[in-house]
Amino acid sequence: MKRRGFLAVMGAAFVAGCNKIAESETGSRLLGAAEGWHKNAHRFLQDRKALAPEFPRSAVSPFFRGNGSVDPQNGDYPAQAANGFADWRLEVRGMVETPLSLSLDNIRRLPQRTQVTRHDCVEGWSAIGEWTGPQLSVLLDAAKLKPEAKFIVFRCADNLKGQDYYESVDLIDAYHPQTIVAHLLNGEPLPIRNGAPLRMRIERQLGYKHAKYLTAIEAVASLDDIGGGKGGYWEDRAGYQWYAGI
Amino acid sequence: MKRHALSTRMWHWVNLVCVVVLFMSGLTISNAHRLLYWGDWGFSRSQAWLEVPRFPDWMTIPGYYDLALARDWHILTAWPFALGLLFMWAAMLLNRHFRRDIATARSEWRWPAIREDILRHLKLDFDHGGGKYNFLQKLAYGLVLGVFLPMMVFTGLAISPGIEPVLGWMVDLLGGRQSARSLHFIFAFALFGFFLVHLALVLLSGPVKQVGAMITGGRSDEA
Repeated sequence: MKRRGFLAVMGAAFVAGCNKIAESETGSRLLGAAEGWHKNAHRFLQDRKALAPEFPRSAVSPFFRGNGSVDPQNGDYPAQAANGFADWRLEVRGMVETPLSLSLDNIRRLPQRTQVTRHDCVEGWSAIGEWTGPQLSVLLDAAKLKPEAKFIVFRCADNLKGQDYYESVDLIDAYHPQTIVAHLLNGEPLPIRNGAPLRMRIERQLGYKHAKYLTAIEAVASLDDIGGGKGGYWEDRAGYQWYAGI
Repeated sequence: MKRHALSTRMWHWVNLVCVVVLFMSGLTISNAHRLLYWGDWGFSRSQAWLEVPRFPDWMTIPGYYDLALARDWHILTAWPFALGLLFMWAAMLLNRHFRRDIATARSEWRWPAIREDILRHLKLDFDHGGGKYNFLQKLAYGLVLGVFLPMMVFTGLAISPGIEPVLGWMVDLLGGRQSARSLHFIFAFALFGFFLVHLALVLLSGPVKQVGAMITGGRSDEA
């Protein structure tokens, strides 16, 4: 018991020291910088189009866990859901030459990509699903990005704890072949817990990047004036890493 | 001649800080999802092979539950940890520390001699002539430097979704992403076990002299 007490005191003292470092300006800048080093190292090591692993259909998990919002009750989402999402529109806007407003039917008629991929939650669990939908690059090319566009922001219908969910990626991940606007999971329309009727799949990043209940795709030059300025709901709310590749 | 080369001493202390921060921030990350699985996927208790206990705040960095901050600490210290290990291996091969002091000869793998070594350790007799490592030390340091620490790096890389497109074969070799995650925890606790034994042996075998030698280098004839 005494030894445990000693360890606890040592542990607490070490933790206190670490917290002092984290709270200092240099410390917190250093902690944030490591994320950038990892992003650069990953980008250096991998081709910008390098694919996340795809699995055989037989590898699909028997159930795909929902997390975060699993049944949005805000705005007109419940009414849309009751209506089978018949009136759902997906807008492509911001720094584009030709803004688009697409119905689910429009989206289903675009060239489709089907991929069996693994979803990795930041907390540690994984699930495998088969996703189908058009590549985001098809939508961006149809809308024609302006040269100032640097990031793609995803707007979502769900509101968590009073704040609208949103996410963002850079153009490398936006144009990645496996970045799709999914409307089918395992051959069926997306269940509500998994983001019906549309969600992003951004396979080289952690789960919170894969925005659900997608309403708009927005091209922007900077993330500074959006939400809390950190590029996403969890990034703003809990300090999660914007580069979610690790 | 010094008992510990400058490169060994520098790496030893930098590595200690890194391993402690990685371990304690890793416990926060473990608290985020306390289930371990084999294979490629798993998300609920019925798929898990182990439910890990929740670690109390005094064991974790940052000392309260903050997954984002724990991950910041983890990925910051991963750099000096991995680069330091690479440095130590390069130094050990160049200064012949590995061949001379750690690599075992076939003749040492004889059970009577190993048993003798174990029995002497159990009697707290740590006298081994000439400052050379005995068989158990060689085995322990060899395992830590050659298997446990590199496995931390490899399994860590394997659970990174941004690295998997380049190193997918490594994830397969480790048995899938969730297996790699399980192995990451297993090797972390193996290292923690080594740390406790290492600390106990230092305390039992003249801690002032041992720690002093690991700081100043010591002299080989006084070992």
